Amino acid sequence: MSPANLYFDEALAAETYHRTLWDIYWGQFHRHHLAVASAALVILMVLLAIAAPVVTNFTPDKVNFATRYQAPSSAHIMGTDGLGRDEFTRILYGGRISIAVGLIATTLGLLFGTLVGALGGFYGGWVDNLAMRLTDLMLALPRLFVLIIMTMMLRNANVPWLQSSGGIAAIILVIATLSWMTVARLVRGAFLSLKEKEFIEAARAQGAGNSRIIWKHLLPNAMSPIIVAGTLRVASSIITEAGLSFLGFGVQPPTPSWGNMLQNAQDEMLKGHLWLAIFPGLMIFIIVISVNYVGDGLRDALDPRKLQ
Amino acid sequence: MTNTAQNDILLEVKNLKMHFPITKGIVIQRTVGAVKAVDGLNFFIRRGETLGLVGESGCGKSTTGRSILQLYKPTAGQVIFKGEELTKMKRGHLRAMRRQMQIIFQDPYASLNPRMTVGAIIGEPLEIHHLAAGKEKRERVQQLLRQVGLNPYFVNRYPHEFSGGQRQRIGVARALAVNPEFIVCDEPISALDVSIQAQIINLLEELQGEYSLTYLFIAHDLSVVRHISDRVAVMYLGKIVELANRDELYENPQHPYTQALLSAVPIPDPVVEERRQRIILQGDVPSPVNPPKGCNFVTRCPRAMDICHEKEPPFRDMGGDHYTACWLYE
Repeated sequence: MSPANLYFDEALAAETYHRTLWDIYWGQFHRHHLAVASAALVILMVLLAIAAPVVTNFTPDKVNFATRYQAPSSAHIMGTDGLGRDEFTRILYGGRISIAVGLIATTLGLLFGTLVGALGGFYGGWVDNLAMRLTDLMLALPRLFVLIIMTMMLRNANVPWLQSSGGIAAIILVIATLSWMTVARLVRGAFLSLKEKEFIEAARAQGAGNSRIIWKHLLPNAMSPIIVAGTLRVASSIITEAGLSFLGFGVQPPTPSWGNMLQNAQDEMLKGHLWLAIFPGLMIFIIVISVNYVGDGLRDALDPRKLQ
Repeated sequence: MTNTAQNDILLEVKNLKMHFPITKGIVIQRTVGAVKAVDGLNFFIRRGETLGLVGESGCGKSTTGRSILQLYKPTAGQVIFKGEELTKMKRGHLRAMRRQMQIIFQDPYASLNPRMTVGAIIGEPLEIHHLAAGKEKRERVQQLLRQVGLNPYFVNRYPHEFSGGQRQRIGVARALAVNPEFIVCDEPISALDVSIQAQIINLLEELQGEYSLTYLFIAHDLSVVRHISDRVAVMYLGKIVELANRDELYENPQHPYTQALLSAVPIPDPVVEERRQRIILQGDVPSPVNPPKGCNFVTRCPRAMDICHEKEPPFRDMGGDHYTACWLYE
């Protein structure tokens, strides 16, 4: 084709070499092989937990004394516990609880932390002072102490929805209460630096009001650190839930969670029923380490420097 | 220049001051001083003309532009745009007024939100002022893109996919979206490659012709200002030292600072360039926190007299629309 005949198609030109933000993020993320593998593992665990009734033929709290303390076999791949309940089934249903507690508590914590940080960072002055002193106060409180006191208070409260399903709503509230502070500080910092950027001034010059500036300009630009912090928070919320349940302040039996299954396994281990401790412990280990790797990968992928 | 509308004044600035307080203390803040970025400006801009604003870095050019648009709240003075006082205007009213006055920023990298597509960036002012929505908005955005010389199918792209010059065009399109009458061009070309600068200048001139726009053109490049402006104001340390029609200012500078500034411009003719006499100013610009007594320029002025150390010179009319603030002419 001679140059004179070159036909320039604007629409076609716009399609060529066009990479959306997601293309870029994925391009970065998928280089982190460990993160991709971990993400797959997390998704698999979540799917298995959701599909528990399909995956297993047993029910989690069906007691059967004929099958007590069976070591892992083809019938019970993770064995059975002291009440003859299938351990694999309880792991699946316990996963539902542990993962749900981790996710919901983190989400609540993120929402509250973002709100506090955004208000402080955006408005500054006494609002900022108030928000940050509250954050400092919460960080200064001894964590375990607050966890236990709050759980006890909520458990004794005469509120039905806090007590149902082994009291998971109460656990979620307690964990959320203690997990918003780092996010608040993070968001405040991001807002403080972002609000001085020229594109915020440009938005003001267009006539944008505060709410548009917060929702359309500041928050989307602060999203990366929030997502990364949130992901890592999920792991620590799962650990906290497991810890609380292990101490007996968490999810109450018979509702299974990985934490209270571990607690249950304390005595069993001494009696030589090792599988009852190994499997829930292993699950906590796998999900926490995987979620952390995913967070690591996201941190690399969402790095704003990658976008110039 | 629009001779027909000589006396049609679009914007008038009276005694504009922008002092940024310097505070000390963390809990109990007290003001210990002020950066006098802009310290008493008086000028006007006629409808359809371009007023060039030149000066060294840090002399308050950009602050002037921003306090005119009320992006900074001026410490004192008045900004009268189309007969309305902006400095005391209610927020809602001011936001509506922004439809008529826009700004093009210096840094095309920092002034575009990296998380918004070009379509969203240019469409935002249309949304804010409820000028267009949906298909109509998209068409207007594409029309604007075409107008500033970009491919209209680029609406879904993000700023990082463009070069500096292209981004500046996006900034221009955003400023144009609401059909403003007045645009502050805050060093719109200083961050660009020399080869791109001319393109953006030409674009701004074309658009001015087409939409009879009024510009306040802020720059530190004297030859660019000469090219684009009808009148030029020279700033030094927060004050305007000289203001005149373009040719008058460049050919007959009165203020010693303007003379020194113009003597630094190279002349693209080797013979003339040989004979060019540079006036080299001694010392540095004083701090705007603590400007000298009397004339602001006194510390560096080659022709300083006793009175210059004592009293601030008035901004006097030299005749023929030429103003200067210097005791030499009193």
